[in-house]
Amino acid sequence: MRSYIIRRILMLIPVLIGISLCIFLIMQLIPGDVISGLLGIEENPELRAQYVIKFGLDQPLPKRYIDWITNVLKGDFGTSFRTDKEIFPEMMSRFKITFQLTIMAAMISWIIAIPLGIISALKRNTWVDAVVRFIALLGVSVPNFAFATLLILFLSLKFQYYPPVGYVGFFENAKVNLQIMILPAIVLGTIMSGSVMRMTRSSVLEVLRQDFIKTIRAKGASERVVIFVHALRNGLIPIITLIGMQIGGLLGGTVITEQIFSIPGLGQMVLTAINQRDYPVVQGCILFIAFIYVMVNLIVDILYTYVDPRITYK
Amino acid sequence: MENILEVKNLNIDLITEKGNKKLIDNVSFNVGKKQSYGIVGESGCGKSITALAVMQLLSFPLKTSGGEINFHSEKESVNILSLKKNEIRKIRGKEISMIFQEPMTALDPIFTIERQIIEALKFHTDLNKKDMSDMALQMLKKVGIPRAEEILKEYPHQLSGGMLQRIMIAIALICKPKLLIADEPTTALDVTIQAQILDLMNELKTSFDTSIIMITHDLGVIAETCEKVAVFYAGQIVEETDVVTLFHNTAHPYTSGLLKAVTSLGDKSKNLFTIPGMVPAGGHMPKGCRFEERCNKKMKICKDKSPELIEIADGHKCRCWLYAESGDN
Repeated sequence: MRSYIIRRILMLIPVLIGISLCIFLIMQLIPGDVISGLLGIEENPELRAQYVIKFGLDQPLPKRYIDWITNVLKGDFGTSFRTDKEIFPEMMSRFKITFQLTIMAAMISWIIAIPLGIISALKRNTWVDAVVRFIALLGVSVPNFAFATLLILFLSLKFQYYPPVGYVGFFENAKVNLQIMILPAIVLGTIMSGSVMRMTRSSVLEVLRQDFIKTIRAKGASERVVIFVHALRNGLIPIITLIGMQIGGLLGGTVITEQIFSIPGLGQMVLTAINQRDYPVVQGCILFIAFIYVMVNLIVDILYTYVDPRITYK
Repeated sequence: MENILEVKNLNIDLITEKGNKKLIDNVSFNVGKKQSYGIVGESGCGKSITALAVMQLLSFPLKTSGGEINFHSEKESVNILSLKKNEIRKIRGKEISMIFQEPMTALDPIFTIERQIIEALKFHTDLNKKDMSDMALQMLKKVGIPRAEEILKEYPHQLSGGMLQRIMIAIALICKPKLLIADEPTTALDVTIQAQILDLMNELKTSFDTSIIMITHDLGVIAETCEKVAVFYAGQIVEETDVVTLFHNTAHPYTSGLLKAVTSLGDKSKNLFTIPGMVPAGGHMPKGCRFEERCNKKMKICKDKSPELIEIADGHKCRCWLYAESGDN
């Protein structure tokens, strides 16, 4: 097991090199540059030349890539072209916010999806099932910006409820922080719950069809034991896979939702950096997001071994 | 002999969109205390669903549509078909247990053997964990599992089919049930293991004072384990008698056909005997005898009128016009 984990972490290296190359080249292809933005209307060739030299943009591409990647490997993500601030601490503080949002959204999604998925499996082909499946379909197909906007409109017009303005950290003021975070978490959680619900339903149904369920019933098990102890645990693998992918995706920042609710998360940071052509920020963030995604996948693969004893890694 | 189980006019339907199809048609039989009762028939004749009905384990689209299944335990007599869900649960695994055809898929793959044996005790007793573990260990030793302490901690995928079937038997017998239903317990096992499992069941039957319903398509299994036998054909009992009479004084042409189809070593010259034709499909039963089309002794009346199951000798019942007085014309 340990050697498997070490091998998986080593496999990260080629993946991250590939991603860093791709993102580096893509950034060069985007029209416009950071300097035009910085200079604004006072554009003059002399100042521009100074910036080019300051940012090292006069160097050939391969050299710029190698310089950047060796610094990253040393733990130095560089400074923003735009603000001159160090990238890494900024990224971490934003990641904390995104992380909190992801965890809250995931919990909301499980609380909604797993019980409803099970109910839907048990009452399959009844009206209850039809209602749950309709909700799930809504969750899968409604875009989160639409749901977010509707939620804000609904709360403000019907209940005169407005979430506090301006982000406050959880450890500064937990109450205000939760008030700020709960709405985007509800939006993301509800949207996520659609597919989790469908996966739970089909997974539980699949297990209930298997032979060993009959053995368990023949032992005198109650329906509760059959469902929660046996069917759900056996059906957990595909559910964990899906949840892992969702969490991996959310941890990389949820651009639209963060934008709508003005949450200063990772997604917002990347979006701003792309708009400003702030190359080192975009490159650093994307690399970090890729790293997180791969790590979440690794954790999911390790979780499998706890859920299903038949899965072992050598 | 006192009966432990009396099945009276049992009917089982298959629910389809076009209406219900009758799969089991007025089946009645009695299983005596400490008796081994065999049910034999080819695939699809309804023997397994009859067994499931005894445990009230039929699930949609199958449903019992009439009859009684009376179970006589030490305390009381109940009609299983009239029990509510929480009442039947107290009987399942405690009074009546069941083992299934495919030991490889009959156990939950993600729990240890110990946990799956203990589970049955948990539902029916108030023992503490330590006592339950001890009982599980004792039971594994009784069913002849070597290195039982280690096996307890293992998972089903680590064990062979024969071992798993022994474990299934251990699970079924842990609460000392009065009746054990074995649904083709040896079909999925290879021949040497089959013999071991049958020996084990015979042995445990005596030491646990359990009645057994043995469901099989293998007349060899019947000969080895059963005292009384019912032959099923297309959802009906066509012959019922003790095991010796069945083999030496066969009455029904279908049973004779089955016996002839058993292979024997040394007789290589002849082709294997088969009964021509196919079992009529459920829901499309002919109005006469259901075996008529395939029968080598058919008469005129067979096509028009269905024979009843009548007693042709003491304790020997047969459903055939050959033995009915009205069959003369």
